[in-house]
Amino acid sequence: MSFLEVKDLRIHFPTDDGLVKSVDGLSFSLERGKTLGIVGESGSGKSVTSLGILGLHKGGNARIGGEIWLDGEELVGASAEHVRGLRGKKMAMIFQDPLSAMHPYYTVGDQIIEAYRIHHDVTKKVARKHAIDMLARVGIPQPDRRVDDYPHQFSGGMRQRAMIAMALSCDPELLIADEPTTALDVTVQAQILDLMRDLQREFNSALIIITHDLGVVAELSDDILVMYAGKCVEYGTAQDIFYRPEHPYTWGLLGSMPRLDREPTERLLPIKGSPPSLINVPPGCAFHPRCPYLDRTDGKGDTVVPELVPTERGHLVRCHMPAEERRSLWENEIKPALETQ
Amino acid sequence: MKKSTIATAAVSAALALGLAACGGPTQTQTGGTGQQTGGQAAAQDAFNAANSGKVFNPSTKKGGTLKFANSGDWDSLDPANTYYGYAWNFGRLYYRTLTVYKTAPGAEGNEVVPDLAESLGKPSDGGKTYTYTLKQGLKFEDGTPITSKDVAYGVMRSFDKETFPNGPTYLNDLLDWPKDYKGPYKTPDMDVSSAIETPDDRTIVFHFKQPFASVDYLMQMSPTAPVPKAKDTGTKYREHVISSGPYMFEGEAPAGKNFALVRNPHWDPATDPNRPALPDRIEVSVNVEANDLDNRLINGDIHIDIAGSGMQPASLSKVLTDPALKARTDNPTLSRLWYVSIPTTVKPLDNIECRKAVMYAADLTGYQTAYGGPVNGGDIATNLLPPTIPGHKKIELYQTPGYKGDVEKAKQHLQACGQPNGFETNIAYRAERPKEKATAESLQQSLARVGIKLTLKPYPQGEYFAQYAGNPKFVRENNIGLAVNGWGSDWNDGYGFLQQIVDSRVIRETGGSSNISVRIPDVDKLLDQAASETDAAKREAIWSQIDQRVMEEAVVLPGVWAKSLLMRGKGLTNVFISDSQQMYDYVALGVAQP
Amino acid sequence: MITFIIRRLLASVLMLVIVSMVTFAIFFLVPRLVGATPETIATRYVGRTATAETVKDVASKLGFYDPFIVQYGRFLKGVVAGADYSTGPSVEYCAPPCFGYSFLTQRPVWPEILDRFPVTFSLAIGAALIWLLSGVAVGVLSALRKGSLFDRAAMGVALAGVSLPIFWTGLMSLVIFSYGLHITAPGGSYVPINVNPGQWAYSLLLPWITLALLFAAGYARLTRAGMLETMNEDYIRTARAKGLRERVVVTKHGLRGALTPIVTIFGLDLGLLLGGAVLTETAFSLPGLGRYAIQAITDNDLPKVMGVTMVAAFFVVMANLIVDVLYAVVDPRVRLG
Ligand SMILES: Nc1ncnc2c1ncn2[C@@H]1O[C@H](COP(=O)(O)OP(=O)(O)O)[C@@H](O)[C@H]1O
Ligand code: SF4
Ligand SMILES: [Mg+2]
Repeated sequence: MSFLEVKDLRIHFPTDDGLVKSVDGLSFSLERGKTLGIVGESGSGKSVTSLGILGLHKGGNARIGGEIWLDGEELVGASAEHVRGLRGKKMAMIFQDPLSAMHPYYTVGDQIIEAYRIHHDVTKKVARKHAIDMLARVGIPQPDRRVDDYPHQFSGGMRQRAMIAMALSCDPELLIADEPTTALDVTVQAQILDLMRDLQREFNSALIIITHDLGVVAELSDDILVMYAGKCVEYGTAQDIFYRPEHPYTWGLLGSMPRLDREPTERLLPIKGSPPSLINVPPGCAFHPRCPYLDRTDGKGDTVVPELVPTERGHLVRCHMPAEERRSLWENEIKPALETQ
Repeated sequence: MKKSTIATAAVSAALALGLAACGGPTQTQTGGTGQQTGGQAAAQDAFNAANSGKVFNPSTKKGGTLKFANSGDWDSLDPANTYYGYAWNFGRLYYRTLTVYKTAPGAEGNEVVPDLAESLGKPSDGGKTYTYTLKQGLKFEDGTPITSKDVAYGVMRSFDKETFPNGPTYLNDLLDWPKDYKGPYKTPDMDVSSAIETPDDRTIVFHFKQPFASVDYLMQMSPTAPVPKAKDTGTKYREHVISSGPYMFEGEAPAGKNFALVRNPHWDPATDPNRPALPDRIEVSVNVEANDLDNRLINGDIHIDIAGSGMQPASLSKVLTDPALKARTDNPTLSRLWYVSIPTTVKPLDNIECRKAVMYAADLTGYQTAYGGPVNGGDIATNLLPPTIPGHKKIELYQTPGYKGDVEKAKQHLQACGQPNGFETNIAYRAERPKEKATAESLQQSLARVGIKLTLKPYPQGEYFAQYAGNPKFVRENNIGLAVNGWGSDWNDGYGFLQQIVDSRVIRETGGSSNISVRIPDVDKLLDQAASETDAAKREAIWSQIDQRVMEEAVVLPGVWAKSLLMRGKGLTNVFISDSQQMYDYVALGVAQP
Repeated sequence: MITFIIRRLLASVLMLVIVSMVTFAIFFLVPRLVGATPETIATRYVGRTATAETVKDVASKLGFYDPFIVQYGRFLKGVVAGADYSTGPSVEYCAPPCFGYSFLTQRPVWPEILDRFPVTFSLAIGAALIWLLSGVAVGVLSALRKGSLFDRAAMGVALAGVSLPIFWTGLMSLVIFSYGLHITAPGGSYVPINVNPGQWAYSLLLPWITLALLFAAGYARLTRAGMLETMNEDYIRTARAKGLRERVVVTKHGLRGALTPIVTIFGLDLGLLLGGAVLTETAFSLPGLGRYAIQAITDNDLPKVMGVTMVAAFFVVMANLIVDVLYAVVDPRVRLG
């Protein structure tokens, strides 16, 4: 069994408007030292997934099903208190917006110290020393001085570094970074990604990077999972996803990737429309209302939910279109379009 | 030890005598020296059980703590600086005066008897000089003897109205003080022998400007309480008055603070037949919220609402509808008259016929209702002197059927006045007083029946007399044809009741007098005559004569002789109301021992 | 921060001077405008049979013949430098701040205020602690169990607490708990803490609770709203992700985030109350500043009115200043300059 095994994870929220199926049958696995990228548009269930792994839906109104195995321990059925003990120590998380994710009334140092002391019975002084070390490690200049600053006194990139320092303070074996660079500008994004890669190598932890931007995970990830409407639509190695993608939604994502040589607002092959409501997921293939190839599925696209099936190279795709047709579309139409433009 | 036993017996005997003398049905059965029951079991609660000459729960048993509460605070505890009836009633517990009202229920309590003095004042010089001799063995709380000089000093310091502005001014006005006298603080070396002399330590002589008959009444007022000059701290004296009575202050009693009285070890009961001094201790709470005070009284947490002015409207409905609670109340008549002044300076009321029209047109039952009806408000008044004042006679010059007014008679007088269709005028009242407003409204209705149209004119009560209704110029210029008014006696005799409201000489053009409408030359003469009449019976006849004259001139429309509803706290003994206090006699009270 | 405080202190002093002038003017100029003379004003402070001469003497003793500026100047001088006054037989010095002598008792006002302040202080602080703790606790629980029976019941009680007049609740609670059940002290039984701490607390228990009920309601609602907002903040998720216990998440992170408006309102409420809790002191016959103020106004006793007004204004001004400073302490993003 892998270090992290997620099997058929379901996270549903009953609301006044109906049942929100934010995550609906998600499975993946990850080894120590490896990186998984989870990609999808906003609202596809990525954050709910990551919070689910951390056990942060426990005690709320969520209905959780399936299994999460971390280092041989099952977490869905485990007690909230037990999972709390793992949080921060065994598994940690870096959030999207470091300004709102850090408490405005406590110093950066205090927040790192707090994280460290939850899991380590040390004096404040020792914890402070550790916090300064961590800040130094994530590249904060003058860490012994900045440790007493409040989050609002940090720049955006520095704050994200501090968040990383806080998440890594207990040397977690699983690190989940939920849109770690979305709130940052492009040059800073690159620095943060570099930092994360270096640290991951150094700590040899398992890393999940969640993003709506394939570009972010391109260089970091070993595996990539593409999510749409709470489900996995394509899952494979980074090579597979970038060089042999077979799902029309993945193509769309590739086409909307911002590149350094273009303005970020320019999109090559934009996906028309917007993601569906997770209460009334479209019948059949959830992507069908937006899919240009609905007519190539023998009428199953809007009636039968496609299965996640392995391609001949072994990566997984959820699409009714015949495999040859998908490959020829990619090779003959999509790939050239992406390359020339 | 032996001495105090004798003393107790003496007081008990005196009290028993006093009670027996009143001849009420209750006290002849109990209250003897032999059966010191403490009384609680013997007494049966009943409405008015302590009123009209009766003693409720008579007792001579000493001990316990008597608890008073005051919804406000004293103007001052200093005998020179207080003008509240309850303050004088209560003050007798810690100071003695030359004379004092007899501690007895009903009319008998109206009698003035010697206190510090051996006997009542001895007049000479045609009633202009009065001499008092102090008893022997009188002492202050510190054991120093009380001399006539201490009494004289008390009177002299009370002269200084800049320092003691609240106190009564009768002795200032009536004694023959040297010109430019300003009291002992500002004119310490001035010879005051023209007013007061103390030929020896036990004799004090008062010289009046004119012959004055009610001197013994004046001498029971608080300014004749002895004050040791060495201990006088002026405005601060109120915080610890040096006791000459049965109780003394436990520590200080600064304004606004609760205080307690304890027994004065140097008070000799043998010198004081008027004060049974039953409780061992007296506690007073001040500034108690008025409704809460009533609740505590009902509940038994306190014994007496010291102000003695009656229960709050909110409590009245509760108490009067609950027989058990009502049985604990008394409904005494007060020496207080609610009335309407009819100034003769405002047309057409300068014409007596028009004034008589008002007298006949008024519906007095409406007036009574405005004041809360017969129990809370009082009895319909037909003339000035209330029934509690010696010399009171009922004078009914303007009788109307059921006191509801007589439209026909009123119209006849309007005709005679040359205003057959009535007239328009204004009625003034104190804006802060809902009862006065209700009175004005009631008169507005009943007078409208004969065509007299009243416009309501509320004025602030703080300046009511100084600037508005009591200011003759204002009255003339603003056509104040009627002014709602009221008066309570300073002390319970004709002079104390009438002088300030019927003597035309107290009216000042600059305002400030309670007398708004009475300017009758022969009334002024009668007042002087009565003031110097030493025979009480003759004097009392003159008071009634004055009353008659004022009614004949129709310058006052009497409304209500006030009554109040008082509650006896739980466990009180020896409770009665005297005509002089018109509330429970605080000197007599005791508490039942558990 | 220091310059900020100094600047605000100076502004506060100016504010107090203005308040004193306005109060003084209301009491001196307004009666004059409607035609009162020094004598008619003085008639309030003498007995009812006082002669014209007495009235004049009293008017001049109280300084009513002097022009407004002179009278006000005398007041200011007394506050700053103290003043002498005559007790009759002797002259006493009234040390600064001397707010003058009561027209009625002719005693210096300041010692009376000092005397009453502990009552108001005891009442206000005790009640404040109760309402702060209970209001915040109820608010937090309500927020955490939003929509539950507890939440709805608590908010119902809170609404009642805010809308019932304290005068009524005070008298009713006395009738029930003091006179009926005999578990609390009757009205007016205040005992200073240095005399008997147990009696002190016993005598104030009912006033504390009654007064606290009035405020607790507001604080519960405020806390609930604040907590509902902060518990949805990203930093709460972060705190949980660290592995903090929920209790710590709620108090250290959630409540701390919701604290700013509570601290602000608390400071202002307390400042206002320290100047005199008029209705509560009246209902429970407590000899505090509020009662004193009412008495002063009823008696038209200007020096007392000035004294209590200045004390009340002082607390309000100080409360504002402290709240502003606290604001910066509570929320580090706020910089005072
Ligand atoms: N506690 C919740 N209750 C109800 N709906 C939720 C809750 N949390 C998330 N959702 C819904 O789940 C869907 C997925 O959300 P999320 O995982 O945050 O998307 P993203 O992929 O952008 O991170 C969204 O439609 C969101 O509204
Ligand atoms: S199943 Fe049909 S609709 Fe869905 S992605 Fe494939 S082609 Fe498009
Ligand atoms: Mg997200």
